[in-house]
Amino acid sequence: MPSAVEQPLLRLRGLGRDFDVSRPWLNRMLERAPRQLLRAVDEVSFEVRRGETLALVGESGCGKSTVARLIVGLYAPSRGAVEFDGIELTDPGRAAEARAARRRMQMIFQDPYASLDPRWRVRDIVAEPIRVLGLARTRAAERSRVRELLAQVGLAAEDGDKFPHEFSGGQRQRISIARALSGNPEFLVCDEPTSALDVSVQAQILNLMSELQSRLGLTYLFISHNLAVVSHVADRVGVMYLGRLVELAEAAELFARPRHPYTRMLLDAVPRLEAIGARRTPVAGEVPDPLAPPTGCAFHPRCPHANARCAAERPALEGTGARRIACHAVSEGRLAPSA
Amino acid sequence: MSGPLLEVRGLRVEFPTRRGRLVAVDGVSFSIAPGEVLGVVGESGAGKSLTGMAIIGLLEPPGRIAAGEILLEGERIDRLPPERMRRIRGRRIGAIFQDPLTSLNPLYTIGEQLVETILTHLGLGREGARRRALELLAEVGIPAPESRFSHYPHQFSGGMRQRVVIALALAAEPRLVIADEPTTALDVSIQAQIVALLKRLAREHGTAVMLITHDMGVIAETADRVAVMYAGRIAEIGPVGEVIHAARHPYTAGLMGSIPRVASGGAQRRGRLAQIEGSMPRLAAIPGGCAFHPRCPRRLARCSLERPSQVPVAANQVACWLYAERG
Repeated sequence: MPSAVEQPLLRLRGLGRDFDVSRPWLNRMLERAPRQLLRAVDEVSFEVRRGETLALVGESGCGKSTVARLIVGLYAPSRGAVEFDGIELTDPGRAAEARAARRRMQMIFQDPYASLDPRWRVRDIVAEPIRVLGLARTRAAERSRVRELLAQVGLAAEDGDKFPHEFSGGQRQRISIARALSGNPEFLVCDEPTSALDVSVQAQILNLMSELQSRLGLTYLFISHNLAVVSHVADRVGVMYLGRLVELAEAAELFARPRHPYTRMLLDAVPRLEAIGARRTPVAGEVPDPLAPPTGCAFHPRCPHANARCAAERPALEGTGARRIACHAVSEGRLAPSA
Repeated sequence: MSGPLLEVRGLRVEFPTRRGRLVAVDGVSFSIAPGEVLGVVGESGAGKSLTGMAIIGLLEPPGRIAAGEILLEGERIDRLPPERMRRIRGRRIGAIFQDPLTSLNPLYTIGEQLVETILTHLGLGREGARRRALELLAEVGIPAPESRFSHYPHQFSGGMRQRVVIALALAAEPRLVIADEPTTALDVSIQAQIVALLKRLAREHGTAVMLITHDMGVIAETADRVAVMYAGRIAEIGPVGEVIHAARHPYTAGLMGSIPRVASGGAQRRGRLAQIEGSMPRLAAIPGGCAFHPRCPRRLARCSLERPSQVPVAANQVACWLYAERG
């Protein structure tokens, strides 16, 4: 049983990242255009407990993949901190510890065609982290570890001699997973790992990831735009909109009783096989331009419950227990929980 | 008005290569009635897009129709000279593709593109064409069409661009619309809007719609009937409710089981998804007999030897030996 005092494996505190999307210097001078910053992620705080799967969902451009990249260190944060097992990864004074901590996490990417080097044999792709981290004493030990990893993800030992182009998308994703596991990580950041795959292959990969999680005690951060996939894999879910978390809850709670108007809208928009011919509630409007985000709550122009306060003042992510919501309508009691 | 609007009989699409002919679409037959939405589903490589391309006469050479016929309102269109086919394509068949940018010319405003299409196909004057274009933009749900008329494609968001493409496809009031993954590049919230739009158009204008997609959810809410394709063949075809909830073909059943669903009323996490072992065969190595037999959990001895033809099972047509000559 996880106790309340147990330290989370990952903790994000007020994480933010801006991208400079200004025009080139000369254009700015000639056109007197100001610098332009895109706030891709802002004030994102959450914790991931050992052994759980936390999913981040949202539409394109909501910042979920940027959060993934900030965690594994592919981007440096503009604000806030990433803490892994109590070690602050962004603290320059603890760089050596941070480097060691980062070895305990790995990432799986969406596109299994782009993330594997086409000139390397599969066994070398899988062995690379073992070599870099010095995890095998001898060549024989390395070879047997690679065989074991390939077997773990459902590939044959002979597959190690082939090149990535000889495999289908699903098998390539298995190779990516074997490579991610070869450094013995505890924590995997999975960025849309099945979005490029056909549904029957997606089922194979989701089943594999779930088996590996229970067998190896892995912790997952799972990024996806697909709510059906998220409801299948996640213990807890964070919903993002325009760079911020708007709702964070246990998955069962969130899917049974969504509270934030945006979460409700997203859930209503999911096509359901149960409802033949049923009309989804079409959502009004589109995600606004992140370069000119709305004032106050970023969702207020599309929100049926918005009032003057929502347009003026940004709601904080607040709540008690496992559930946090950033919405004035909810906190003022104007928006009752759905039955 | 009787009879189907589109009828496809025994369609076969081949790609000649140095190592022999690859058969990408093999013996596909179906029909679509006016006002009906036929969903065509299947995984990558099933041949669903090529079937659509063959119908609109846009197969990329060396791909070619090797056998079968395609009839639009009773008239054969699979052997027409390119010039005649081009006129039919704009006038009687509209096409919507996954990426709206491939259908739009970046150098012209959307107003110019719509007016040009209308002038080419409908006998309207310039002023009439402009009015019609504005009507179309309003009909597909573009806010403030007057002011959007002179905008270029890059000035629209993805969802709005797909609406413009739909307006273009409908400009000549086609009898048949072929929509190939029209919602795949869009976010869920926008998807619902586009799907509702397609459905309304079929109903109100009596347009026949062939909706090609890998997304069963989109099919469930849009289509009247569904064809499930596997390795270039139709495994099962029938009314949407029957195919989704009472799938007869083992491939359809496996496919339905592998789709994760949003659990309403408390998620039941970690249930294993049903999984079909193996993967879709490559074109060069389509198994003999029933193409699905190596992966099929219910295969019989004859499945690897003889190819099953479609037999009626309840309201569906199923190509599977499990249902042949029983009782």
